[in-house]
Amino acid sequence: MMSGTVTDNNTPTATKPEDLAGQVLDLDEDDDLEVFSKDATFMDGSSFNSPMPTSPGSMVNQYKFEEEEEVPDTKDIFVTVDKPESHVTAIETFITYRVLTKTSRSEFDSSEYEVRRRYQDFLWLKGKLEETHPTLIVHPLPEKFVMKGMMERFSDDFVETRKRALHKFLNRIADHPVLSCSEDFKIFLTAEELGTHKKQGPGFLSRIGDTVRAVAASVRGVRTRPEEFIAIQDYVEAFSQKMTSLDKVTQRIIKEQKEYSEELGEGSPVYTKWSDIEDELMVPLKLMASCLDRCHRESEEQVLQLSNSLLPTLHEYVLCTDTLKAVLRRRDNIQAELEAKTETLAGKKTEAEAEVIKEEIDKMDDRLEWANNALKADWNRWQERMRADLRSVFNRTAEKNVEYYEKCLAVWESFLLSQKTEDSEGDNILDS
Amino acid sequence: MFSFVVYYVNTLLIDTYLLFTPQMVEKGGTLLKGLEISVAEAEKRTGKNAVSIQETYTVYLIETRAVDNVSEVANPTPDSLWRRYSEFEIFRNYLLVTYPFVVVPPLPEKRAEFVWHKLSADNMDPDFVERRRVGLENFLLRVASHPVLSNDKIFYSFLTQVFFVLCLLFCVGFFEMKHYGDELQSVISQLLRVRARVADRLYGVYKVHGNYGRVFSEWSAIEKEMGDGLQSAGHHMDAYAASIDDILEEEEHYADQLKEYLFYTEALRAVCRKHELCQFELEMAAQDLISKKQQREELATGTVRTFSLKGMTSKLFGQETPEQRETKLKTLETQIEEGEEMVKERTAECDEFVKNAWEDIERFREQKDRDLKEALISYAIMQISMCKKGIQVWNNAKECFSKM
Repeated sequence: MMSGTVTDNNTPTATKPEDLAGQVLDLDEDDDLEVFSKDATFMDGSSFNSPMPTSPGSMVNQYKFEEEEEVPDTKDIFVTVDKPESHVTAIETFITYRVLTKTSRSEFDSSEYEVRRRYQDFLWLKGKLEETHPTLIVHPLPEKFVMKGMMERFSDDFVETRKRALHKFLNRIADHPVLSCSEDFKIFLTAEELGTHKKQGPGFLSRIGDTVRAVAASVRGVRTRPEEFIAIQDYVEAFSQKMTSLDKVTQRIIKEQKEYSEELGEGSPVYTKWSDIEDELMVPLKLMASCLDRCHRESEEQVLQLSNSLLPTLHEYVLCTDTLKAVLRRRDNIQAELEAKTETLAGKKTEAEAEVIKEEIDKMDDRLEWANNALKADWNRWQERMRADLRSVFNRTAEKNVEYYEKCLAVWESFLLSQKTEDSEGDNILDS
Repeated sequence: MFSFVVYYVNTLLIDTYLLFTPQMVEKGGTLLKGLEISVAEAEKRTGKNAVSIQETYTVYLIETRAVDNVSEVANPTPDSLWRRYSEFEIFRNYLLVTYPFVVVPPLPEKRAEFVWHKLSADNMDPDFVERRRVGLENFLLRVASHPVLSNDKIFYSFLTQVFFVLCLLFCVGFFEMKHYGDELQSVISQLLRVRARVADRLYGVYKVHGNYGRVFSEWSAIEKEMGDGLQSAGHHMDAYAASIDDILEEEEHYADQLKEYLFYTEALRAVCRKHELCQFELEMAAQDLISKKQQREELATGTVRTFSLKGMTSKLFGQETPEQRETKLKTLETQIEEGEEMVKERTAECDEFVKNAWEDIERFREQKDRDLKEALISYAIMQISMCKKGIQVWNNAKECFSKM
């Protein structure tokens, strides 16, 4: 049922010659890095007819373990998402974003590409990547809708936030050693029109079939999930809770801070009004009004950091946990299908039938091993990324908070200074 | 309602003055032509003020000599009275309010400003006093030579009347003071309300951070490398959340200082009301006196100036007998005498009240300026302390985060 499949024959490093069997040995890598097989012809865990690699042992492909702090020298592809534009047609209104790619990779015909994409297109890309690499962790997309009603679908805030998230999404893929070599990714970045490519791929019916099989597999469940995956599952559960809590807490803080800032701003005109009815106190009261106003503005700026930087990042990681759970599920499905197949072996009477089943079991076994390794490696990678992301964003938030307090401190110190100098000049002598 | 009456009766009181003043104001020309004015001397006095605090102040002697129109020679024996600087201030305020189109001559400085030597900043310094005496005399001469101001009846009273009805001038002052009291009350109430809301929100911000502490702590349990950093960051978040209690308690002190002056405005208003009452009683007495005098005039001259039912009926139903008229006149005379005494009494009461009240209002004003300025400064100090704490906490948290 795989017709017109898009094969991904890329290698992770542009300098290595292409090997159709996908066998590449990267001699630069450390020995103790986990290796996993990458056969790009594996489309979907439930497809049995895809061309098989020669043997699992020959499918070796090491990938680079990227740290966030890695020198950009090795980065050979740069993607930016910007310039949102609104399009109005007879049926609908939608926003497109410019996706700009600069690359030195040889797989790309040109070194620079500029295309326009809409949210649907990003969804397509994500779907394709997950299809092709079911146990790799793809960074989440921003949500389709924002149910809170705080943001209008086409408000500037919403578009801006979405744009940033989409930018991050593409960059994470570009940074991923395996995903960035995906043909779908390349198409996404380079094709003028995605329409034709979208039509390729498994047909509607086959997709239905896949879904049914996947559901059946998940209902069956796995017999014994390997311990490391149980650990990951548990972690993801707990992590999901924590992220959701942090998301909520941060939202609450933003709300309170915004209201605090507002109220603070209301104090300033009252002091000004007061200064109008005073003589001696006029100057200090006016100064007070201006100090409050300045603090109010600093407070507003501080909230921006929370809502533009901290909150979106936390939210992303909430979405990440859904991705992680889906990845684990897909891995489980692969295992479940293998187990199901193994069961059917018992019922086969004839040698010939048993042979066929055994062959299929072997294939599925390889696939499972490959999937498990892919997941483990990507899991480690994800954890490092997460750690770096959250460390960085919390760091920045703390920095911004320090900045905020430092600015307010300066405001009040200047107030004190001006009052002290006034005191030393004038005298409070009683009238005679 | 009282204020309206006060304003309306102002003119009546001025007429009352005319009944008192021994000399008439020069018609036409400036006062200076008919009167020699000088501020001859300055003396130190001590006395108890309205709050029974002993204080020392300086009084200045205003001397006036009537100049003979014909011979242009001044009367050898001058009339004189002692006045304090604050009375000059009040008089000038009256001029400012009554003649808004006039560039009113200034008084010499209240406090020694623009001094080149610290010693000469003392208001009791003899040189300062001397310079002030000259300045005050100059002020009076300027007013006396002004085409409009010199004709002011209150000016003449200021120069010559011991029983100077200060309350007349104070009307403006008290009215403004009452208005100020109302405004101050309104502004402080607003401020206290805003402050309460701000405090509420700030409390929310800080306390919600406590949740960070809890979640970080829980989260650290499932992490390996991040665990320590998260755990300690969590502690700092808890500390941050807890710190708001002390901060807000300190701020309460500022709110209390404001509240004190909020309640003070009530007392201020009470003093202004008492003044209105005094004023009102004086006005009633003056009104009564004037009407009696008018009645006397009518009776004496036979002319009817004001409408009265009695007058009408007597006209219609025949005149009174000369004897009846005589008796009536005699009664009126007694009443008028009593009335004049009453006005004198009420005037003195008013004067006394007003002098004391105004001094105390001055004292209150200075106290208020001092106290509230100090309150503002202490508020700033509190804010500084809060900011410093915030900086410390978030720097600590930042360190923990970098260890994540």
